[in-house]
Amino acid sequence: MIDLLTSIFVITLRAGTSLTYATVGEIYTERSGILNLGLEGMMLMGAVTSFATSYYTHNLALSLLAAILVGAILAATHAFLTVTMRANQVVSGLSITLFGSGLASFLGERLGPASNNYNLVGMTGSRFSPIVIPGLSQIPVLGAMFEQDILTYALYLLVPLAWFYLYKTRNGLNLRAVGESPQTADAMGIDVVKTRYLYTILGGMLVSLGGAHLSLAYAPGWAENITGGRGWIVIALVIFAMWDPARAPLGAILFGGINAIQFRLQAGGTDIPASYLNMAPYLATILVLIATTWWENLSHRVGAPAALGLAYMREEK
Amino acid sequence: MGKQSPGMKLLVLTGAVVGALLIGALLLLMAGANPLVAYKAMLLGPFSSRYGITETLVKTTPLILVALGIVIAFRSGTLNIGAEGQMMIGALAGSAFALAFPSLPGIILLPATLLVSFAAGALWGGIPGWLKAYLNVNEILSTIMLNAIAAQFVTYMLRGPLIDPKEVSYGTGFPQTAQIAKAAWLPRLLPRTRLHWGIILALVLAGLVYIFLWRTSLGYKMRTVGAQKEASRYGGVRVERMMVLAMLLSGGFAGLAGMVEVLGIHHRLMDGISGGYGFSGIVVALFGQLHPLGVIPAAILFGALMLGADMMQRAVSVPAAIVFTIQGLVVLFVVGSDIFIRRPGFAARIFKRFKTPPRPVPDEGGAQ
Repeated sequence: MIDLLTSIFVITLRAGTSLTYATVGEIYTERSGILNLGLEGMMLMGAVTSFATSYYTHNLALSLLAAILVGAILAATHAFLTVTMRANQVVSGLSITLFGSGLASFLGERLGPASNNYNLVGMTGSRFSPIVIPGLSQIPVLGAMFEQDILTYALYLLVPLAWFYLYKTRNGLNLRAVGESPQTADAMGIDVVKTRYLYTILGGMLVSLGGAHLSLAYAPGWAENITGGRGWIVIALVIFAMWDPARAPLGAILFGGINAIQFRLQAGGTDIPASYLNMAPYLATILVLIATTWWENLSHRVGAPAALGLAYMREEK
Repeated sequence: MGKQSPGMKLLVLTGAVVGALLIGALLLLMAGANPLVAYKAMLLGPFSSRYGITETLVKTTPLILVALGIVIAFRSGTLNIGAEGQMMIGALAGSAFALAFPSLPGIILLPATLLVSFAAGALWGGIPGWLKAYLNVNEILSTIMLNAIAAQFVTYMLRGPLIDPKEVSYGTGFPQTAQIAKAAWLPRLLPRTRLHWGIILALVLAGLVYIFLWRTSLGYKMRTVGAQKEASRYGGVRVERMMVLAMLLSGGFAGLAGMVEVLGIHHRLMDGISGGYGFSGIVVALFGQLHPLGVIPAAILFGALMLGADMMQRAVSVPAAIVFTIQGLVVLFVVGSDIFIRRPGFAARIFKRFKTPPRPVPDEGGAQ
């Protein structure tokens, strides 16, 4: 029983890693007042570029760098459209997703070797393998935390750091001020435009890294729609985390857990049709959204940055 | 919206499309295709033959229907991203109904099938509407999740309970329903084309939606909720009810679009019936300035673009994904250029910035 729980928890954390990266990234973006609905497209682009890099160079650092770069470019596009061109954030984000997912599957069919008809599907590259830490991994259930890959271990540092930066540093305070009231922040001498660009791009890098974890560690390789809607689930997880990076892992573990149980049930053979199992994460997302808003009403806490989704115009007359 | 002259608007739109196509050309080159041949097929193909024109209108039909629903929702302050799922659920329920009563006369079966699909789509859209109105659940996310759930549910039904018995007995197992009784089919408008009466239905409904939103008190109330939620509540409008109603209607139109595809073209339900119309319909609604009549030219434009993309794909044989990428680019460019239409002074201000002579910078050995 303990062994079963431990093995489920191992998969839970593995599945939750990409979600956590993307959730922390989107929290930072939304804290600056920019809603980025382009996550699904950005994660797909991160996944395909990092896998292609790993396939050709077998250099994992370079692969991560490729994902970070692509995430930054797409996020910068979103920032340019919404901050500078003041486009509707929802529409801009959706078109980033449309563009990103199209381009990702095009690249997937194009970047592969000639021997595979230029297709990347079915190829193998370097991957992040789990590193078992002796001793610690023997702890029942919690030992699962120490049978992970480097990207997951990095999260144990990144999440507290992201929390500390947001709540305990001057820069974090400025970031929160821009998301709550850009007018006030501007009056305080904070550069609203620069802040929004900066954290939208930073967030995009983390989101893209989340995509890279999928194709380099969780399900090594490239497959069409490898994200399976994770980009959308993450946007719900940001709400679930109430825009607090420290809570990001909770939602990720919840959804990672659903993935893990799905995985176990399918592997073990079950009477439940696969379609119904596949619905589970999406149904759970809706339930989580209901529960979170209910909790917000009950505790009179609103987590959303007040200026989220609104364009800021300085000299608007 | 609409502060610019129509000529300027057209110029901005054309500029945006040209910009997107230029970047798209790079992708085409990468795929080893000649962009000139590709774009010639894409831009001229849809208008240069009887086939092209009628097929454009075939694609226009579901786009108008979906976009009408989107317009109702957006005008009432709810963002319906769920047309894709609502289309599938509408088509599923309508097809199941038509298959269950094959012996009804066409004059009853056809309208009843369309009504069932409208009701089912409305239900699927009403869920997120209700969740938003009464529980404050973000409708963008709930509709996207319901899209995924609908897709899984339809897949399950097509492989299980609703599968064509012939597919089972032949052992092919292709996921599709049996053919729907001929009496329920939407008749073809022109012989030897796929153009069917759905386009007429769509055009009539566009007019009706315009009258509903701008000439009835209920439509007026819904628009006030979209424009000024709290003010309309103060004015005695039952905001929550209007939001739910808007999503019901929005989902209904999408459901209808799905069934019209089935009854007009395929005559049976199969996987992928929504064909991306659910998402393109959103873009069409925005292109049409969120106006029921503006939707018509926008849908024709996008129908031509979708068909042109198909023709391009065949002409130079590139992956289908490139088509979505170029569509995404077009939307990105249009979204980005929108400010030139909304704020006439914006372009002038940017030009002014470029015209002001830069401050003299001491020359440092050619460094910028």
